[in-house]
Amino acid sequence: MNRRGFLKTLSAAGMCALAPAAAGAGEPSGEAEKEFHGVLIDTTRCIGCRTCEVACAEANDLPVPDVSDESVRDYERKTSDTQFAVVNFYDTEKGEISVKKQCMHCNQPACASACLTKAMLKTPEGPVIWREDKCMGCRFCMISCPFDVPKFEYNSAIPRIRKCNMCWARLQEGEKPACVEQCPGDALMFGTRSELLEEARSRIYAAPDEYVHEIYGEHEVGGTGVLYLAAVPFSQLGFKTQLGTEAYPALTTGFLYSVPIVLTLWPALLLGLSNASKSRDEEEHEAKKSDRGGTSYVIRD
Amino acid sequence: MSSATRETKSLWRFLLQELKPKGKLLTPFNVISVPIMAVAAWLLVIRFTYGLGAITNLNQEYPWGLWIGFDVITGVAFAGGAYVLTFMVYVLGQHKYEPIVRATVLNGLLAYVFYAGALLLDLGRPWNVINPVIGNSFGVSSVLFLVAWHFLLYMIAEFIEFSPAVAEWLVWKRARRVLHSLTLGAVIIGISLSTLHQSGLGALYLMAKGKIHPLWYSEFIPILFFVSSIFAGLSMVIFEGTISQRVFRHQISEEHHASHDEIVLSLAKICSGTMFVYLFLKMLVFLHGQQWTHLSDPMGYWYLVEILGFVLIPCLLFLQATRSGSLTLTRTAAALTLVGIILNRLNISVIAFKWYEPVRYVPSWMEVEVTLGVICAEIWAFRWIVNRMPVFTESPRWVHESVEEEAKARSADYPELAQEA
Ligand code: SF4
Ligand code: SF4
Repeated sequence: MNRRGFLKTLSAAGMCALAPAAAGAGEPSGEAEKEFHGVLIDTTRCIGCRTCEVACAEANDLPVPDVSDESVRDYERKTSDTQFAVVNFYDTEKGEISVKKQCMHCNQPACASACLTKAMLKTPEGPVIWREDKCMGCRFCMISCPFDVPKFEYNSAIPRIRKCNMCWARLQEGEKPACVEQCPGDALMFGTRSELLEEARSRIYAAPDEYVHEIYGEHEVGGTGVLYLAAVPFSQLGFKTQLGTEAYPALTTGFLYSVPIVLTLWPALLLGLSNASKSRDEEEHEAKKSDRGGTSYVIRD
Repeated sequence: MSSATRETKSLWRFLLQELKPKGKLLTPFNVISVPIMAVAAWLLVIRFTYGLGAITNLNQEYPWGLWIGFDVITGVAFAGGAYVLTFMVYVLGQHKYEPIVRATVLNGLLAYVFYAGALLLDLGRPWNVINPVIGNSFGVSSVLFLVAWHFLLYMIAEFIEFSPAVAEWLVWKRARRVLHSLTLGAVIIGISLSTLHQSGLGALYLMAKGKIHPLWYSEFIPILFFVSSIFAGLSMVIFEGTISQRVFRHQISEEHHASHDEIVLSLAKICSGTMFVYLFLKMLVFLHGQQWTHLSDPMGYWYLVEILGFVLIPCLLFLQATRSGSLTLTRTAAALTLVGIILNRLNISVIAFKWYEPVRYVPSWMEVEVTLGVICAEIWAFRWIVNRMPVFTESPRWVHESVEEEAKARSADYPELAQEA
């Protein structure tokens, strides 16, 4: 038995209520499409105009960024509680490439599985949304999100979690996300995830020299709603490339599966043990009654 | 407090009487703790008016800081003594630990109320804390959901375990009998809940994969949290007992005072045993993750400081202490162990969390202040209860009498037992 096996046996023996093997297996890979909608971002078409940033700010009532400010090209920006989408500029082997970053709208989002109030919710349509009336502000979603997307309003007495919600309200009216609609370079495409994957593949097929033959988000963390095409390896564009293909919620299912097991086995086991020790006590017929333990316990002195 | 039939009115008078401080007001502890608590209270007013950012250094990269990492995660590990001791006394029937059960359970209960309660201070939208409880939105796939529920249920279980002392204080004889009969059930449920939420606190970090330094992240964090909560809790019992034996000396009977040393040494033995198991598991995880390449940088040295300096060394000290029967050594080992647990929990939650960020989170003085305020408040509550209820002192006479009566009744049911006795 190898070390891993040993540890797992230990866990299974109930030492700590953990059985990653049993639970990790049989998890849905997350790629069985439920026709989630998403956005395909083709970075080879992005001209870095930051129109999407402006569109996003207007759609979400956020401060509109100053697009003429060139200093943003010098460093990698992160999304914030007042900016849900940023366009970053990367120096790569093929020159400067601009990339829009925002929530990935994971198929099996870590944030939603972390949320104990279901404030973070993966809608059947695809967008991952946040609901104000549910959230208790624990920020566990921020700890869990592999892309560090959810942001918190630290300077508010009634703080909210802020992030891109794929323009959930607009989608319900039959419109596209604001950024997609306003993109002048045709770099953004809205559609069902399968349509987008098909489109992405055919773009690679049609111009195999212009793209790396990989779609970021197809498999990462179990698949994401936002998909990327690029001309250079994604590691040059500030993407996390070590995240693996396992959906993040699967990391905790092992622990969660063990909960009902422990809650049923433990009490029975403990009760048995306690009865055994009690009858042992009685056999040793020590009659002196304890003052503290009370009626059923005796003190040995 | 004379007869059993006290009327509500006199009960109120009694409670009002009891609310007044007993003993001197101008003690060094009071002089230090009152200003600390007052400042903490003021800081909390600011925190709830202007948001968390007003007094904490939390930011978008570090959503959880000292309040979660120390107050909640470390505090709950320290409170593990209650479930371990009740396991030994009520389940394994090791009655020699009985004299310290009540104080330990009280400590555990208060630790949950104050330290796990500190979670509320950290919540951005605490008014929604009832959402996962009243059932309008159960996030059952969330580890935090599980932990929150367990905190709640465990507090109830511990309160039931402690409640006979409350009944003895109020001279509620009937209630005491009923409450006392619930003890075993509460203990068993409490142990089951503890197993799960001690490990659950570790499981919170499972999805922070990639954000925690590989020397600390592993899929086995839950098992490690659980095992370490055993010796963390017992070391706290030893540490706290050392102080209580001095501070509340006048309340403790000669007999119990004498037995305390022996108890401490037995606890030391259990500590060294579980620490060996822990070290062994740590080593397996280390080898399994093939992590030796990580050892040669500052994070690696820091890891070795934690494991060798604050687990291996106290483990050996505990062993040596049980061999030589040295109490001083035991106490030193317990103190080192507690430091080690603080290091471990803070490493996972703060220090090794996003170790790669150029700008690291360091708690603000105000976060530290509020933490100190919470600790002081807990000690005040502990002292208030201990000075009124039979925690270190013996239970009142009527408890023994009714126990004897019951024993008589029982021997009537089982004549053969009575004869043996
Ligand atoms: S990227 Fe983060 S916030 Fe967005 S859906 Fe995935 S886990 Fe949630
Ligand atoms: S902060 Fe809000 S949305 Fe995020 S996990 Fe907590 S309750 Fe859910």
